[in-house]
Amino acid sequence: MELQVNNQLFDIDVEPEMPLLWVLRDMLNLKGTKFGCGISQCGACTVHVDGEMVRSCSFPVAAAAGKKITTIEGLATDASHPVQQAWVRHQVPQCGYCQSGQIMAAVALLEKNPSPTDADINATMTNICRCGTYKRIRDAIHDVAGNTPDSNQA
Amino acid sequence: MNNQAFNQSRRRFILSSAAIGGGFAIALQIPMGKAQELQAGGDKQSINIWVEIATDDSVMIKYARSEMGQGSLTSAPQLVADELDANWDNVRIEYVDVNEHIRMKSAWGDTMTVGSRTIRGSQEYLRNAGATARAMLVAAAASHWKVDASEISVANGIISHAASGRQSGFGALAALAATMPVPAQVMLKDPANWHIIGQSMPRVDIPASVNGSQVYGVDVELPGMVYATMAQCPVFGGTVRTFDATTAKSRRGIIDVFAIDDDKAIAVVADNWWRAQQALKEVVIDWDTKGNEQVSSASILAYFKENLNATDAAPLPNNRGDADQGLAAAITLVEAEYFTPYLSHAPMEPMGATVLIGTDRVDVWVSTQGPEAASQSVAAALQVPLENVYLHRVQAGGGFGRRGGTGDYDRAAALIAATLPKDTPVKLLWTREEDTQHDFYRPAALYRLQGGLDADGNIVSWKTRIASGSILNQSRGVPLRDGIDAQATEGFTDLPYQATNLFQDFKLSPTHVPLGFWRTVGWSQTPFAREQFIDELAVAAGADPYQFRHRHIAQDNLSRHILEIAANAAGWDTPAPAGIFRGIATTEPYGSFSAAVVELSVSDSGEIRIHRVIQAINSGHVVNPDNIMAQLQGSMVWAVSAAMWGEITIDQGRVQEGNFHDYRVLRMAEMPKVEVVLAPTGGFWGGIGEPGQAPIIPALCNALFAATGTRVRSLPLKHHGFSLATQATV
Repeated sequence: MELQVNNQLFDIDVEPEMPLLWVLRDMLNLKGTKFGCGISQCGACTVHVDGEMVRSCSFPVAAAAGKKITTIEGLATDASHPVQQAWVRHQVPQCGYCQSGQIMAAVALLEKNPSPTDADINATMTNICRCGTYKRIRDAIHDVAGNTPDSNQA
Repeated sequence: MNNQAFNQSRRRFILSSAAIGGGFAIALQIPMGKAQELQAGGDKQSINIWVEIATDDSVMIKYARSEMGQGSLTSAPQLVADELDANWDNVRIEYVDVNEHIRMKSAWGDTMTVGSRTIRGSQEYLRNAGATARAMLVAAAASHWKVDASEISVANGIISHAASGRQSGFGALAALAATMPVPAQVMLKDPANWHIIGQSMPRVDIPASVNGSQVYGVDVELPGMVYATMAQCPVFGGTVRTFDATTAKSRRGIIDVFAIDDDKAIAVVADNWWRAQQALKEVVIDWDTKGNEQVSSASILAYFKENLNATDAAPLPNNRGDADQGLAAAITLVEAEYFTPYLSHAPMEPMGATVLIGTDRVDVWVSTQGPEAASQSVAAALQVPLENVYLHRVQAGGGFGRRGGTGDYDRAAALIAATLPKDTPVKLLWTREEDTQHDFYRPAALYRLQGGLDADGNIVSWKTRIASGSILNQSRGVPLRDGIDAQATEGFTDLPYQATNLFQDFKLSPTHVPLGFWRTVGWSQTPFAREQFIDELAVAAGADPYQFRHRHIAQDNLSRHILEIAANAAGWDTPAPAGIFRGIATTEPYGSFSAAVVELSVSDSGEIRIHRVIQAINSGHVVNPDNIMAQLQGSMVWAVSAAMWGEITIDQGRVQEGNFHDYRVLRMAEMPKVEVVLAPTGGFWGGIGEPGQAPIIPALCNALFAATGTRVRSLPLKHHGFSLATQATV
């Protein structure tokens, strides 16, 4: 099976039903995408497939074949993506484990909707952060968008 | 020692340090090894075991504890750098090598990251390390320039002699400094002169957390590595009777299937973790559940209820007067029982470890809060000398107490590696379900409180009975002192509320459910009872909950100070907007003082909308203000998750919950507005990672009572018809 990940082509021999997450992590050694729950609940495994965010723990690799897959490593090699920079500016991560997924979700949101409202953020940013960095994630997204928060939310 | 005495002694401390003119002298204490014991590389020079200076003027500061999101990888070195008068831009931070630490007889002191004690437990020797290195650099400059050391100043990484105009960076003098005598004592700075302590230095680990390069325990990759998963008996304490792996072994990529650790678990090893996990589902296992399949949440609660009336409970140390007589004489009596359930940690990174057994050495990569404990766990599992274990430091994807030395997943990884051919690196990773169902849980606890008021509405008598397990007694066999478990009783032992008569006791109530330290430990649950009961007494007295607390706490008790700070920040003396109700709570956890006000409204259908949470903390000194804010914001999320949905339930001896769909935690859409108030009084060093949570749940429940008249005495709130509103603007 041929996979295009971060603009690189890989030819892999794999069961079609293997979740994309485990191909990325254990076959292509792209460890930035994380395993959190295995059932699409937490979003730690969020990557882009043809620009759409998917939870790769529950996304069969066969469904990604022939498509453009982007992981956190493919966002910007030097962490220069505006979302990554905003994450640093707002000191978002605590343990950091969920943040690859959070950032990939935020990038997908902002690419579709450059000026999201709080409601838009709530609807898209459903990833779990056990450290509780939600306030700073919201602030960072608004910062990238050039918005000021429009609700009473922190 | 009651809280009042504690605060009086603290006040004396402040006075005496001021009396000697600001800075104060402290004799050097371990851990403070000699530089000569370390072999630094060619262009680097160790000044002492904490400080290494390179010829390019960069300063390497060692960090001995773990980083799991709490931020002390950055804030602890700030303590060293400030006393060193280093240029923070030139500071690099490196973990202490655990094997070297073990071989040097724990030279770097305590490496365990628990109890919110990284800063408060090591600030003195870390500041000493910086000040000592600074003194030795000054001595080197004095010797080199042939001037008196007293004429030399250090600022921002530059050593200067004003009279001659000579200057040097640290690098040029480091080699000479290392040969200078280690001063017997150094003066630590007056806090007024701190310039790195107290600053919001950006966290040094964050850049790696935004580009996927941060390495966690589960991310280690080694040549020839194989991947393992495992299943333990769903009923705690059970073992494998028989198992059939015929089908599992026929699957692609499966290397082996075997029982480990005296049949406590089945492990599957494969060339890919997902393949191992799929195969594990096909292993047919017959478990011996050893009688514990009878235990349920209901049977545990019934047992705790019996223990509320046990006659052999252990009295807490601060009892005074005659509480029964006090109750008998009281004008108004209030009695209430409160229950807090078992809780799972659920850090985002599931449990796992990588082990490579070679000749005369075992290498281990594991996310841990206790690197020495994890090393010991592996050494014990493999029966190898501790000195032969080489544990590599990685960031932990959340800890919250789960990774503090339980000796389970690290031990299992070692035993799996031992079953494979030598020199085969194996990475064990648990599923989320395995983690949820084989945690070491926040203990469940049942509390009965009784209070009596006099004609003036003052508390004349207070009784507390606590029925709960003991984490240390159950998990590590630590004997109870005088029958009391310190964690289960914290929050009550030093009760800040003044009652003429006080009687509190603890009844140890063990079950088969494994117990562990869960963020904020006893302080995560005792305030649910204590801070609601004081509200119940206030209601009975017809008093305002803030005023009632205030008049029952001694003036010099800092719990009262932080209560005032939170109330003022919330505007307690002005009415909340129509339909919005407030609750308040104050606590004294982990050397800090922490209070909160929650503002909420409740719909007819029981939907709670949290409009604002005010969190106030007095941690004495402040090392990194922005990090404290982050910890408090996160603690609030942690607490509201537990309040709304958090419970681990037992049926037929096993945990019912398995993953985030049935062990709910708060998400972005539910995130309330939060305001953090830092109110440091100076004079002491309090914890940060845990105290923020302590007052949140009772403040929330007190607000809920104000809004609905419903007093919730057992958690979680979902069982009382309440849900949490998403916060989107209307």
